[in-house]
Amino acid sequence: MNVEQVFREEHGRLLATLVKRFGDLDLAEEVTSEAIEAALRHWPVDGVPDRPGAWLLTTARRKAVDRLRRDRVYAARLALLQVEFSRADAPAGESLPDERLELFFTCAHPALAEEDRGALVLRCLAGFTTPEVARAYLVPVPTMQQRIVRAKKKIKQARIPFRVPDPHELPERLPGVLQALYSIFTEGYAAQRDDLADEAVRLARILRNLLPDREVTGLLALMLLVHARRDARPALLEDQDRSLWDRDMIAEGSALAERALTGGYGPYGVQAAINALHDEAPDFAGTDWPQIVALYDVLAGLTPSPVVALNRAAAVAMRDGAAAGLALLDALADEPKLRDYHPYRAARADLLHRLGRDAEAAQAYREAIALAGTDTEQDFLRRRLAAVEGRS
Amino acid sequence: MKYMLLIHAAADQQSSCTVEDWTTYEKEMRDAGVLVSGHSLADLVTATTVQVGPDGRRTVTDGPFAETREVLGGYNVIDVPDLDAALEWAAKCPGSRDGGAVVVRPIAEFDF
Repeated sequence: MNVEQVFREEHGRLLATLVKRFGDLDLAEEVTSEAIEAALRHWPVDGVPDRPGAWLLTTARRKAVDRLRRDRVYAARLALLQVEFSRADAPAGESLPDERLELFFTCAHPALAEEDRGALVLRCLAGFTTPEVARAYLVPVPTMQQRIVRAKKKIKQARIPFRVPDPHELPERLPGVLQALYSIFTEGYAAQRDDLADEAVRLARILRNLLPDREVTGLLALMLLVHARRDARPALLEDQDRSLWDRDMIAEGSALAERALTGGYGPYGVQAAINALHDEAPDFAGTDWPQIVALYDVLAGLTPSPVVALNRAAAVAMRDGAAAGLALLDALADEPKLRDYHPYRAARADLLHRLGRDAEAAQAYREAIALAGTDTEQDFLRRRLAAVEGRS
Repeated sequence: MKYMLLIHAAADQQSSCTVEDWTTYEKEMRDAGVLVSGHSLADLVTATTVQVGPDGRRTVTDGPFAETREVLGGYNVIDVPDLDAALEWAAKCPGSRDGGAVVVRPIAEFDF
């Protein structure tokens, strides 16, 4: 492991342990950075210690105690904390505590704005700097800075606790954590940032180790089964060179998807199963479309949404023909959520093209291009438009 | 840590909660030792607004009247360890049902 990997891995763990001890996210963040800076100074000279995590924790704790001593507001708490330190000092060789699950639930607390939860997870658990988080969510650095400061202020002042919810609270609380991780993954996927998608996968693995829940497994499976196709993008699924797909990742994702759907099912597991069917198909036409339509029916029952209906319509188009799919899409035309959703226009365009209605298809592609968010998406749609207009 | 639960009733919807629901809720809070204070407010048509201008003159007006869908109907101040505990009590409040809503606000604490 190189120094940078050690820091990525240890940052979240260190921060979680320190938040637990001090009950103060700002203080924990400051001394975590200071400990890492100290490591950057000492390790190149003295060598990486045998237990880098323990070294960082000891250093950070010392810095926190120094800081508390200087700060009169915190002084009263110090005596109490020091008792806890001596008790918490793990004997050499014993593994350090892992309190990251608490941190996941704090960062993705429902009392925080949904858009801020993924940002906090990246910041606290992945060890991203604020500019890195800003880049991940494609917003200016000052905007992200403000969002993170506001969210941390709420955690502190409204006293959002640092705790794992009781089992009976999990059905209400876990979806927020899963959604935060999935938002990181989809941001990375949309921007074709493999490093960000990799980070989301890494976080999902950590979460699953700490909480081996069915839907956590489903989420990890879904990420792997989508991420396995990364090298074949940005082509549409039907045009992708399937030899570029990552077979090992597909095997792992499929095995996890199966586990996520044994003895019950949730929305992430079902989406994973849909992607497993795509990934295991010999080619686009040879995909098990009836099974995919059936899974979309299950998904629509669990989480009804216009986007699920859109994807189901595209699968029906493959099972029953483009005309059947187009009829379903046109029935969704008045959905407010789809009106400005470029994949809806693009899906219509594709089906119109398949039915030979190229003038209408071109118009639908133009609408999609006008709505697309990123340059990559626009370029891709322009190529589809050019193909329909016979210009390529 | 103290939180105020601001209980908003839906102006356009009849609440299905009975007087017993409210007394049970209040008793539960008392028994748990979390209730600091709480009151229901009289009907909104009885409200009066006072404002003092830069010249020190005061303006007294009738109202306000329900311009939004939700009307503040009462409050409780509770003392609990953290926001999760406050949200539990808010969810138990009869005022959180039937289109009503309970807004949870931490009471500001100042270090002097």
